[in-house]
Amino acid sequence: MCDKELWPEGVQRCSLKLFIVWLLVIFAVMAWGLYAAFVVWSGGLIVTGMDNYFAFGLYIIFDLAVIALGAGAFFSGLLYYLIRVDGLKNIINLAVIIGFICYSGALLILTLEVGQPLRAWFGFWHPNVHSMLTEVIFCITCYMIVLTIEFIPIILENRKLNKVKFLHHVAHNFHVIMPLFAGVGAFLSFFHQGSLGGMYGVLFSRPYAFREGFFIWPWTFFLFILSAVASGPGFTMLVATLMEKMTGRKLVDFSVKALMGKISGVMLAIYLFFKYLDTWGWYAGILPRSGLTFSEMFYGLAYGKWLLFSELIVFGLVPAVLLLYSKTRNTPWILYSACTMVGIGVIINRYVQTAQTLAHPVMPFDRWYVYVPTWAEWAPSLAVVAYGALILSLAYRYLPVFPQERKLNPA
Amino acid sequence: MVLYLKEFKVKWGMVIDLDRCTGCGACMVACQAENNLAPPVDASNKRYSMTWMLVYQLSNRQPYPNHDVAYMPRPCLQCGKPNCVPVCPVIATDKNQEGGIVSMVNARCIGCRYCQAACPYHARYFNWHDPVWPEGMEKTLTQDVSTRPRGVVEKCLYCHHRFMYARDKARIEGRDPNALAEDDYIPACVEMCPTNAITFGDLANPEHKVHKLSKSPYAFRLLERLNTDPQLYYYSQREWVRRQGDNFLEHETVGGV
Ligand code: SF4
Ligand code: SF4
Repeated sequence: MCDKELWPEGVQRCSLKLFIVWLLVIFAVMAWGLYAAFVVWSGGLIVTGMDNYFAFGLYIIFDLAVIALGAGAFFSGLLYYLIRVDGLKNIINLAVIIGFICYSGALLILTLEVGQPLRAWFGFWHPNVHSMLTEVIFCITCYMIVLTIEFIPIILENRKLNKVKFLHHVAHNFHVIMPLFAGVGAFLSFFHQGSLGGMYGVLFSRPYAFREGFFIWPWTFFLFILSAVASGPGFTMLVATLMEKMTGRKLVDFSVKALMGKISGVMLAIYLFFKYLDTWGWYAGILPRSGLTFSEMFYGLAYGKWLLFSELIVFGLVPAVLLLYSKTRNTPWILYSACTMVGIGVIINRYVQTAQTLAHPVMPFDRWYVYVPTWAEWAPSLAVVAYGALILSLAYRYLPVFPQERKLNPA
Repeated sequence: MVLYLKEFKVKWGMVIDLDRCTGCGACMVACQAENNLAPPVDASNKRYSMTWMLVYQLSNRQPYPNHDVAYMPRPCLQCGKPNCVPVCPVIATDKNQEGGIVSMVNARCIGCRYCQAACPYHARYFNWHDPVWPEGMEKTLTQDVSTRPRGVVEKCLYCHHRFMYARDKARIEGRDPNALAEDDYIPACVEMCPTNAITFGDLANPEHKVHKLSKSPYAFRLLERLNTDPQLYYYSQREWVRRQGDNFLEHETVGGV
């Protein structure tokens, strides 16, 4: 069977030879990550930069960041299937695939992060209902199943597979029930995005992260949801743009991209409103009550005040304004830059919540330490990026991911 | 937000007199030996150590001749409202047995280290290495303390096995195992301290020395205002030491006389 016969109808793809070379590059990075995983499993977490001060490190920061950036899947699904924002149909497949990559990638990294991966199922067997992490374990696993279910019809729509009558019907029926899964997915994702934030907010003995609560949830629960839905759609759009640049083909109409940018901008503005209030409440309430001052929360370059100001102003307020204002949003390079900035802002947020929270000396006679990740942490993280590139490359080549592609690239 | 609150009739606790502690480290050694902590593979980096009992050095940060130091032994503080308990996803750590000691089921711990992130006192330790005892040394292991594998978190349990021994002994002698006398149950560090800096007993029992000591104006708890409600008190007549027990802002005054 010729490779060409598997391509979506009426599209052009690079030669099989070039594609294989590209895959080899991806496999090389993945192999490096796999080797690191082997070293971690066989030698233990001592090969990472984590220690008794830094119980969490790059694995968790990476997980939190990709899960936030993968939020385009649940939020676009929610807007498209349930609120009926029609323009999103041209990018929803990509959003689902990115969500699938981000969540499955995060789960892969988590198998390295826990000291006893073979006991990971204890989370279901002996669940502690008080623990935000239990909520994360349940929601993340269930949402992963939902994402897989959402991915299946896209795979079955491959030109060859779709010719099989049975598979064609399966795909069709999956589409019919998709709003249900979009709803379930939105619910699950909403909760675990929140409980990831809640994980930090409940640390009442860590004044950097601790936040007051609304019912059983600390504010960070809601802030994480909002920051994820602010960065997710923009990230999906950026991936589409990157794919366009790499393949030299137009895949999504600019109006769709601008719509994604607008969604990001609106959600970012809402997020920042609450984030500013939260930061003020922390500065004026939690810190003095714990006997700490604002300056004591920051240290050197790795944990400096510059992080807070970059997160809130440079990678927060600035892109929010750029995305809300239609003239700037409709200028491609500004749109792309603004969405990149939103992504950087959310990564900084996940970094400080994790590393700075642990680095800050809570006992008055203790001191700051700096966490430096080792190659055994970078390699698997890069491997997950390569894994994402692999899935996207295969999906782009063989699946009808972009419904507008044919129209946008007349032969 | 504290999700976990429980009151106990008996509250095992310590009062450590920081004016008596010389920082000799005997408590650290006793703890290592009693609780089957394997000799470290490489002791050069203290951030990988397994020191359930750790002695901190405090300084009044004054130049000589006014310089003064104090030594602060720090086991697990057995918090009344432990942050480490509600966060554990698998209930591997809990505070539910009479006496109020925060327990660990190492065989259930998945090694997520969330409890470690939650504890402000750095009282929890992750097993970075497989524990190895040099040949012959395994014969010195305490039989009623399980050894822990790589990849789980562990911490001081106030020598919980000694609590069990004391209860068994009381039962055999026909006494009430829930009403132990002050000297029935003594953790290894308390027994080993050459200056008698550590007093152990039931904080809730007015007959016990710890109860009285904990009520002294010189007694304080580490990070009192974080509301972790520890069952470990420190004692010092030196104001600067008490001041370092919590993050006091400049204008704030410390308790005591
Ligand atoms: S000192 Fe730390 S480990 Fe011990 S009970 Fe308190 S929070 Fe938990
Ligand atoms: S490391 Fe073990 S004891 Fe600590 S929170 Fe995780 S599962 Fe619980």
